[in-house]
Amino acid sequence: MRVAQGFLVAAVLVLCEASIVQAQSPETQTYVQYGEPPVMDNAIFYHLLFDQLEGRTNGPDNAFRWQGEGWAGTDMNRLWLKTEGFVEHGRMTDGDQEVLYDRPIPYLRYFDLQAGVRYDLDSDPGRTWGAIGIQGLAPYFFEFAPTFYFSNRGFIAGRIEGSYDILITNRLIAQPQFELNFYSKSNPSRGIGSDLSELDTGLRIRYEISRKFAPYIGVAYTGNYGQTATFTREQGGNPEDPRFIFGLRLWY
Amino acid sequence: MYASKKLEKHPGFLLSRRRFVQGVLASGAIAAFDLFRLPASASASTSAAGPPILSGNYFNLDVGQVPVNYTGSAAYATAVNGFVPGPTLRWREGHSVTVAVTNRLKATTSIHWHGIRTPSDMDGVPGLSFAGIPPGETFVYHFPVRQSGTYWYHSHSRFQEQTGHYGALVIDPLDKRPIEYDREYVIVLSDWTDEDPETILSNLKQQSDFYNFRQRTVGTFLSDAQSKGLGATMSDRLMWSGMNMSPTDILDVSGATYTYLLNGQPSRANWTGLFRPGERVRLRFVNASSMSIFDVRIPGLPMSVVQADGNDVEPVAVDEFRISVAETYDVIVAPPDASAYTILAQAEDRTGYARGTLAPRYGMSPAIPPMDPRPLRTMADTGMGNMAGLKMSGSGNIPGMEMEATGHISDMGTQEMPAMEMRNPSEYVKRERMIGPNAPAQPGPRTSAEFTEPDMGDMNAPISQNTRPTLGPRVDNVAEMPTERLSSAGEGFPPGRRVLSYTDLRAVYRGTDPRPPNRDIEIHLTGNMQRFVWGFDGEKFSDAEPIRLRLGERVRIILVNDTMMEHPIHLHGLWSELENGAGQFRPYKHTINVKPGERLSYLVSADTPGQWAFHCHLLYHMETGMFRAVIVS
Repeated sequence: MRVAQGFLVAAVLVLCEASIVQAQSPETQTYVQYGEPPVMDNAIFYHLLFDQLEGRTNGPDNAFRWQGEGWAGTDMNRLWLKTEGFVEHGRMTDGDQEVLYDRPIPYLRYFDLQAGVRYDLDSDPGRTWGAIGIQGLAPYFFEFAPTFYFSNRGFIAGRIEGSYDILITNRLIAQPQFELNFYSKSNPSRGIGSDLSELDTGLRIRYEISRKFAPYIGVAYTGNYGQTATFTREQGGNPEDPRFIFGLRLWY
Repeated sequence: MYASKKLEKHPGFLLSRRRFVQGVLASGAIAAFDLFRLPASASASTSAAGPPILSGNYFNLDVGQVPVNYTGSAAYATAVNGFVPGPTLRWREGHSVTVAVTNRLKATTSIHWHGIRTPSDMDGVPGLSFAGIPPGETFVYHFPVRQSGTYWYHSHSRFQEQTGHYGALVIDPLDKRPIEYDREYVIVLSDWTDEDPETILSNLKQQSDFYNFRQRTVGTFLSDAQSKGLGATMSDRLMWSGMNMSPTDILDVSGATYTYLLNGQPSRANWTGLFRPGERVRLRFVNASSMSIFDVRIPGLPMSVVQADGNDVEPVAVDEFRISVAETYDVIVAPPDASAYTILAQAEDRTGYARGTLAPRYGMSPAIPPMDPRPLRTMADTGMGNMAGLKMSGSGNIPGMEMEATGHISDMGTQEMPAMEMRNPSEYVKRERMIGPNAPAQPGPRTSAEFTEPDMGDMNAPISQNTRPTLGPRVDNVAEMPTERLSSAGEGFPPGRRVLSYTDLRAVYRGTDPRPPNRDIEIHLTGNMQRFVWGFDGEKFSDAEPIRLRLGERVRIILVNDTMMEHPIHLHGLWSELENGAGQFRPYKHTINVKPGERLSYLVSADTPGQWAFHCHLLYHMETGMFRAVIVS
């Protein structure tokens, strides 16, 4: 806990320091400003995107999956929210909510540094993590986000997310996507083993009726590995779980 | 709303109100009819005349909201005296004008006189010239008119310009050689959206290609692979996507949300201007769009460009011209017969057009030609030195090629010799006195600047400071080898058409200030498309220092466009004398369009003190940081 907290406080301080230095430079402007500035180039914007709001079925078994992200802030300082999880047989699993401070990384064009807190909130015992990662656009328009997590009991976890948009037409878009989860130690109460624990991958084909409203169909595959697979089997689940999916991609 | 006294004083104003009501009813009815797909002639039979003309030295303008319907759904526009565009104001050079502007909006408003040489406190930029006009209050502009030509006015407050707050401004000359014509029309081009501009900006911040529905797809990959070969297509796709850039990115906001207007009329309403066969008709084009660059032509009718940005130029015969945001061009056409001619203004990205008609009588609706193929960005636009796809037209036909001794342009590389500007030293003269605030406001017949042998001491302009930006969150590209492309009209024109380029512009009157610049100021136009952040030298307005000019000094501003977009750069209060090879007859402009990957320069005489705005006139670029204060003191 202390390690994680200390790390977070340090990270946030460093980032805040940078923004204070940034904020000071306009004060050296010595021209006379009448009323409001002539342009408002530091306006606050906010967005909420649900990438996945979907049913997953393999015939007898159905689950609901959500994954969303939102941000609010200026170009250089943003607060991010991320949320994902499953609802299966009336239970919420793999719930993960994050609150992150986000700032573009100097000298990089398309990547942001993100640091904050993750809380695993679902039907299993909850856990708190410190989180630090990067998110952005790798060359070839490849969305890429690796994140490290530090838990209050000395656990370390890692997650890599990636996705890519293939434009079949300007409105019909295929999106391959993956998410890999790693853990340093196993946690039987949450059914998680150490090392590579889960892969969640999918191929979704959405139709953008508008940019903000796009129904989709596709396939998803959830794989559990190592100890995690064992835990899943013990609970009567299938560690290798391919499913058909149908859902909505929504913006606010 | 008005004191009756005022109304009596300005009977023209009453008439305007009445005509406005008719205009709105007519355009509303047209839009409604069109929904039911009446034949085009039904709508063409009703031709609204566009905004009224108000002339004189004293004006009352009211800024308020009016209901409009351009798209089939009702919306509110920000209008001046109830009109979109606002009334055309007609001034006379040599007179003083007084304009009382009353704000009937809920937000602060302003009017900026675009291209007009006013005192700084009359320039109408909230924050720099004054505090803006608060709701319910009246601000009185008063200044002498020291120039003539076609200009325009618009709000400088947030997005009011996008929602309709703009109008044309025509100033009759005092003693300039008159341009001969039998009748004239103002043609105001603009882009309308039913969306809230704040939503548009928010959408662009979240996804910068939000309005681009013409991106390359699997389908275009297959067809390109068929025509150009799989290998070439593959490497082309990898090259663009490796930079996270798209060659289909022409205009950030497209016809996906815009309805393009000509004199406030959507194309289906078919604004019509009448002529008699054989008449010379002067068309005063103003691009009052927020984000749309237009390619204008009148199929079957050649045009003679006689004025650019309010300044007379030697006539240039063209079939088409590209008018960037905030520019104005005056052309003369002479329809020989009693046919109707379409005025077609295609958006540069070909996602839509504005259209009107010149006809011998109302009700004629000639066929609208199909839109031209859309342009794609090329490697030349990245400024990376790959000359493939760059048109080097115009070699050898540049009037008055000049040789320059300072050699600053020689660092531009060697490939662009044909269009390269070389300045003739003989045009300069050493002047003991400064060309200060009393200099003529515009080149004209009384401008008698003498050009004799220069003193070479003046030629040693200091080398410009290195402002080369570094890549980062605000800079997604730096043009390694920017090129001089003034002789190119740009991409997207079918071969065989005569299209205006900046090297075609040669002023009728000699420049007012013969001094060479005493320094160069190099400014990079930068941005990060993915993040939708724009600026100069990698900084947004809020991060940057103002640009300082000494009163009376003469500077060369060098612009290097590091981005993949065109940027119409507008300097308030002072002229921008484009160095296009025309020597002492270089054109005086207020807005200079800089192509992607381009490097160009212009001269500025800092002859009017005060705080001036310097910005990209693409509204959403300006509001996201592509703006600077220029302080002349």
